[in-house]
Amino acid sequence: MGEVIVVTSGKGGVGKTTTTANLGAGLATHGHRVVLVDADIGLRNLDVVLGLENRIVYDITDVTGGHCRLRQALIKDKRFEGLFLLPAAQTKDKTAVSPDQMKALCRELKEEFDYVIIDCPAGIEQGFRNAIAGADKAIVVTTPEVAAVRDADRIIGLLEAAELRDPRLIINRIRPRMVRHGDMMSIEDIIDILAIDLLGVVPEDEMVVISTNRGEPVVQDERSRSGQAYRNIVRRIKGEQVPMMNLDEGGFVSRFLRRMIGLS
Amino acid sequence: MLEFLNRMFGREASGSKNVAKERLRLVLVHDRASVSPQLLQTLKSELIRVIEKYMDIDEEALEISLDSNETQVALVASIPVKGMKRMTRHVASGI
Repeated sequence: MGEVIVVTSGKGGVGKTTTTANLGAGLATHGHRVVLVDADIGLRNLDVVLGLENRIVYDITDVTGGHCRLRQALIKDKRFEGLFLLPAAQTKDKTAVSPDQMKALCRELKEEFDYVIIDCPAGIEQGFRNAIAGADKAIVVTTPEVAAVRDADRIIGLLEAAELRDPRLIINRIRPRMVRHGDMMSIEDIIDILAIDLLGVVPEDEMVVISTNRGEPVVQDERSRSGQAYRNIVRRIKGEQVPMMNLDEGGFVSRFLRRMIGLS
Repeated sequence: MLEFLNRMFGREASGSKNVAKERLRLVLVHDRASVSPQLLQTLKSELIRVIEKYMDIDEEALEISLDSNETQVALVASIPVKGMKRMTRHVASGI
C-alpha cells in the first residue's frame, strides 16, 4: 500500500507544480512506482512541466465520471521507469470532481503505486478541498516572501483542521546572497514563524526555468544546485537522513542548517 | 554611511528582511486571531456561567469581542454587573 502526498501552498506561483514534477521523477529514479495527479482542474499545468502535454487522451474527470478506466487515463513517462501522470481536465471547473470521488481515486491509486503525489491548485476553496481529501501526508511549499509565508500559515491551519497533521515545509527560491545581506528572510526566520518541520530548501536557479522550458525535470540535472536540492528532498521523503545542502559556503545559513539537522 | 559600509562587508544591516518579518508577524497575529462567531458564542455562554456564580450580571447587555491594534490582540468583555452575590462557603468551595 502506497502513500498519498499532497503538495500545496495557498499562494500561486511558488512552485507547487515544479516541486510535484521533480519529486515524482526523483522517486521514480529510485525505482519506485509513482503517479502524479494534477488536481488543478481547469488550469492544467503539470503535463507541460513534465513535457507530456501531447500524450493526453483522457483526464481525471473522465475517470471519476466513469467515461474511461483509470488505467486508460494514466500517461506513462517513458524517460522515468515507473512514473505516471493523471492529468487534470482543462475545460471543466473545480466542481467537476467531489472530495468523495478524490478519496476513492486515491484509494485505488495507492493500491498500485508506492507514491501518489497530488499537485494542489492555489487557493483554499473547492479545488484545495478536493486535492487534500484523499491525502495521507502534506507538503507545504513557500518562498521567502511575506505573502507566500502568510498563505502557507493559513494552509497549515486548514490542513490541521482537516486532520492532516504534521505537514512538512519546502522553502523554494531562496537566494543565499540576499539572505546574507539581510534582504531576504532566512530559513531560520521562516521556520520560526511557521513552526513546522523542514523537508528541504531549493535555491533560486536559472536551470529550473531552462529545464521547465524543455519539459525535463531539473532533478535529473546532475550539475544544478536545484537538482541536488530536489534529489535530497526525495531521499528525505524515502526516510533517509540527508544533511541540508550547503547553500552558502561558511556562511551563517550553512551553520544554521547544520544545527537544524543536528550535526553540531 | 554606516549602513553602506555594513553592506559593503556583507553584514546584516537594517536589511529589508527585518521589515518583512515584522510585517509578517503582525499580519499573522491578526490572521490567527480570526475566530468564528460560533466559538465566540460558546466562550460567551461559558463566561456567563462562571461569572454568575459570583455576581448578578445583565446577560442581555454582555458583550465580548476581539479587539486588535497594530501590535496586539485583546479579548474585550463588557459585563454589566447588577449586584454582587453573598460569598457563601458553598460558592467558595466550588471554585
